Amino acid sequence: MARTVSTRRKLLVTALAWAIGLLIFFPILWTILTSFKTEGEAIALPPKFLFFDWTLENYGIVQERSDYLRFAMNSIMLALGSTFFALVIAIPSAWAMAFAPGRRTKDLLMWMLSTKMMPPVGALVPIYLIFRDFGLLDTRGGIITVLMLLNLPIIIWMLYTYFKEIPGEILEASRMDGASLGKELLYVLTPMAIPGIASTLLLNIILAWNEAFWTLSLTTKDAAPLTQFIASYSSPEGLFWAKLSAASTMAIAPILVLGWFAQKQLVRGLTFGAVK
Amino acid sequence: MATQQTRALGKLAVSPSVFALFMWMIVPLAMTIYFSFLRYNLLDPNPICSLLSPGALLDAENRCLAGITNYSYFLTDPAFFKAMGNSLKLVGWVLAISVVGGTLLALLLDQAFYGRGFVRIMMIAPFLVMPTVSALVWKNMMMNPVSGFLAYLFKLVGLQPIDWFAHAPMTAVVLMVAWQWVPFATLILLTSLQSLDEEQKEAAEMDGTPPLSYFWYIVLPHLIRPMTVVILIETIFLLNVFAEIYVTGTAGRAGNLPFLVYQYGLIANDIGGASAGGIIAVILANIVAFFLMRMIGKNLDA
Amino acid sequence: MKPVFTGVFGAFMFAALASTAIAETKLTIATVNNGDMIRMQGLTDDFTKANPDISLEWVTLEENVLREKVTTDIAAKGGQFDVLTIGTYEVPIWGKKGWLVPLTEVDDPGDLLPAIAGGLTVDGKLMAAPFYGESSMVMYRTDLMDKAGLKMPDAPTWEFIGQAARAMTDKAAETYGVCLRGKAGWGENMAFLTAMSNSFGARWFDENWKPQFDQPEWKATLDFYLSLMADAGPPGASSNGFNENLALFNSGKCGMWIDATVAASFVTGKESTVADKVGFALAPDNGLGKRGNWLWAWSLAIPAGTQKNDAAQKFVSWATSKHYTELVASKEGWANVPPGTRTSLYANPEYAKVPFAKMTLDSINSADPTKPTVKPVPYVGVQFVAIPEFAGIATTVGQIFSAALAGEKTADEALAEAQTTATREMTKAGYIK
Repeated sequence: MARTVSTRRKLLVTALAWAIGLLIFFPILWTILTSFKTEGEAIALPPKFLFFDWTLENYGIVQERSDYLRFAMNSIMLALGSTFFALVIAIPSAWAMAFAPGRRTKDLLMWMLSTKMMPPVGALVPIYLIFRDFGLLDTRGGIITVLMLLNLPIIIWMLYTYFKEIPGEILEASRMDGASLGKELLYVLTPMAIPGIASTLLLNIILAWNEAFWTLSLTTKDAAPLTQFIASYSSPEGLFWAKLSAASTMAIAPILVLGWFAQKQLVRGLTFGAVK
Repeated sequence: MATQQTRALGKLAVSPSVFALFMWMIVPLAMTIYFSFLRYNLLDPNPICSLLSPGALLDAENRCLAGITNYSYFLTDPAFFKAMGNSLKLVGWVLAISVVGGTLLALLLDQAFYGRGFVRIMMIAPFLVMPTVSALVWKNMMMNPVSGFLAYLFKLVGLQPIDWFAHAPMTAVVLMVAWQWVPFATLILLTSLQSLDEEQKEAAEMDGTPPLSYFWYIVLPHLIRPMTVVILIETIFLLNVFAEIYVTGTAGRAGNLPFLVYQYGLIANDIGGASAGGIIAVILANIVAFFLMRMIGKNLDA
Repeated sequence: MKPVFTGVFGAFMFAALASTAIAETKLTIATVNNGDMIRMQGLTDDFTKANPDISLEWVTLEENVLREKVTTDIAAKGGQFDVLTIGTYEVPIWGKKGWLVPLTEVDDPGDLLPAIAGGLTVDGKLMAAPFYGESSMVMYRTDLMDKAGLKMPDAPTWEFIGQAARAMTDKAAETYGVCLRGKAGWGENMAFLTAMSNSFGARWFDENWKPQFDQPEWKATLDFYLSLMADAGPPGASSNGFNENLALFNSGKCGMWIDATVAASFVTGKESTVADKVGFALAPDNGLGKRGNWLWAWSLAIPAGTQKNDAAQKFVSWATSKHYTELVASKEGWANVPPGTRTSLYANPEYAKVPFAKMTLDSINSADPTKPTVKPVPYVGVQFVAIPEFAGIATTVGQIFSAALAGEKTADEALAEAQTTATREMTKAGYIK
């Protein structure tokens, strides 16, 4: 098990990895730092790293202008809602594709992925008209439906590859025992698929959280998520970098925290069947 | 072997998602095709036709129908070829950077070092950032030629700061998009690396296999499959990159096909033209997809 | 089609219905994220106290996102908004189309500045009430002007601007003589360049809607602009819009800046490092009788589909009233009231003390949207052409000119491309037979 790694080498790798890691993370770090500066310090040259007057002023102003919690709540509802419904629809499909594949299963998968190729703007007016006629504009239900459909192909594919890794004999055995399809899904397949489902869920939450075109076009206030919150800061009169940074930090903080806690799952799980 | 019964059940289980996706595809597609043959400007003060009065279609003069005008104008628009080229450049460069950069970072993260978990989350973080936020941060705090951080670094070493959006808009956009997608590639490649047998690694070390040939003969073949996955998934998303171009205002020089369609539809309000552009973009994307599947699809089955 | 969709969306219909069932008068107001509009959101208590049955819900968006959302919504009759914030480009087009409700309760309409009200009136009816109006003018650094040994006249010529800009430039000290818009967009660089071209005698279209980029006047405009920016402009000018230039000017890097009059309150405000060294002058001319300034008014309008017309009328009336102006003045001082809409404001001795008041009024009065150019034209609009196709064409042309500023093409190439693309689009739209 234990490979002996020379301490010198380990220190070297540590230094290199930290340097590169910080470099990649720097834009985010810088945004977070800037959010605690005053507007003057935010554009000051040379830039100030840690020795400035830390202030929460920007967060106060941003919160006063727009009700962050409402936007954040919508983002959470949309991400969780669309993920939940997508999983409900995708699990049986992926199950069927993995365990009862037809001749066209692969084509079907590829077709599903190809539905993601249309530039969204091309379909905006049709979708807008449909939403209007069904009273779905600015409703969480409507936008959840869209986000669900948007990510469904990826989800089905991910689940399909996870399910394929599950040895079929186990299912055969449970079938012999006379388990019904429902029981098979619930007691045999699901527990084995939990890690796969978990990372699918995570990826989908990330994608849904960051989707900007449809959430911006189809919501106004009741269902508006954080993408809309950011759109009211992106270019006001004057470049207010500190406030922009505060709003940015608020918009990405929840998903960064989630990523922090779930990183092990993410690192283990995003295989798309690529691990053999 | 699947039985007759499970096949039937399988069909039943697949049908909701197939049905939902089919509707999601076909209804907007049908409407878009219909619009693409109309003269339909959202703001036209003289409504020659609109969806709401299909009777206009039956006008004696048939002024509502545009025939193939929308298509012929879109296809002969000089901006169209430029946008197509930009789309390909963007996808190609970001894919190349993702695969190479992702492999290197994954190899690094696979080593033992202090604070691995922390470094890992720092490297993954860009993938979690909203594209709009990422574009705003890069455009202002990083790449602004006067007060941006990169300008500061350049001045620090006595160089003239690069005016990114004026002189290298495509590079700037590629850089921003790659910053977001390299972490994704790293994640998937790292997952795969960690499934490489520990014993295999040890054996290689015992034998004194030189690191380079170890990488070439053992690691790389193992990474081919995850690489194809990275390419496939990223292509789907990269073909529709939008926020980075929109926010940085580099549309004129780095604008891709989706942006051109956007410009037709939401700036010029020419829904007919935008629909035709959308259809053309779908056809082109599917051609790309087709070759992609041919090239790498066989890696994905079994 | 319906049953099919009921199936697909059925699961979510409940949520949809639940959210539309509320019946109180709640106004949804779409607004742009600029300083004056955001200030208003903080002062709405004054309105809701007087009208306890009305509540206000703000949707604040960046200008481009706002325009797209509002346009899609009104054209597709989505009915998501009760009050819209729109500009002088949209009002005539939408008003003609019958998409806006004529305003009946505007406070003292006779007091509105004629140049502004004229642009918001369709068939004799006021379709939108101006919240603030703006033109463009020269803002300059008095200290740098002194240092260069020059004196800014009240009504400078382009020649003087060019000379002064070059004299003030000190690239080693990061001082640039002039900051002008270069970022592509019909409301960004094309607003500036179109207004500028008017003073050079150029026009977008002749009487037969033929684009005029192949004419010498446009060549003179673009040549002057490109060489001025090359000699005296800041780096990265091709991606600078209003915001970027404001930041540059406020941090003391620009000698002159020709832009919207509303910027005056920012460059003299507390975020500015040069607040006490700013002077103002009219936009430059070339002695041809037209100045290079524009005219714009962010205005409040009511979409024809709204169910809440009465409440919306009340709100628009309050937001654009003299009473609101006084309210802002009492809370934030006269320099911060929304400028450029009412004659009475400029007659007010208190407001006359504001340093940029007179220059703003003179600039607005010197713009004429109905006769914007030296030669006759078939359109109205100073820095735009009030036809639906304009935004699209000008966006493309703006990209071409922005590329020319970045040095990617010459002025001649840019003009030839602009001419081709404008001719194509006008032919497609049916203006050119």
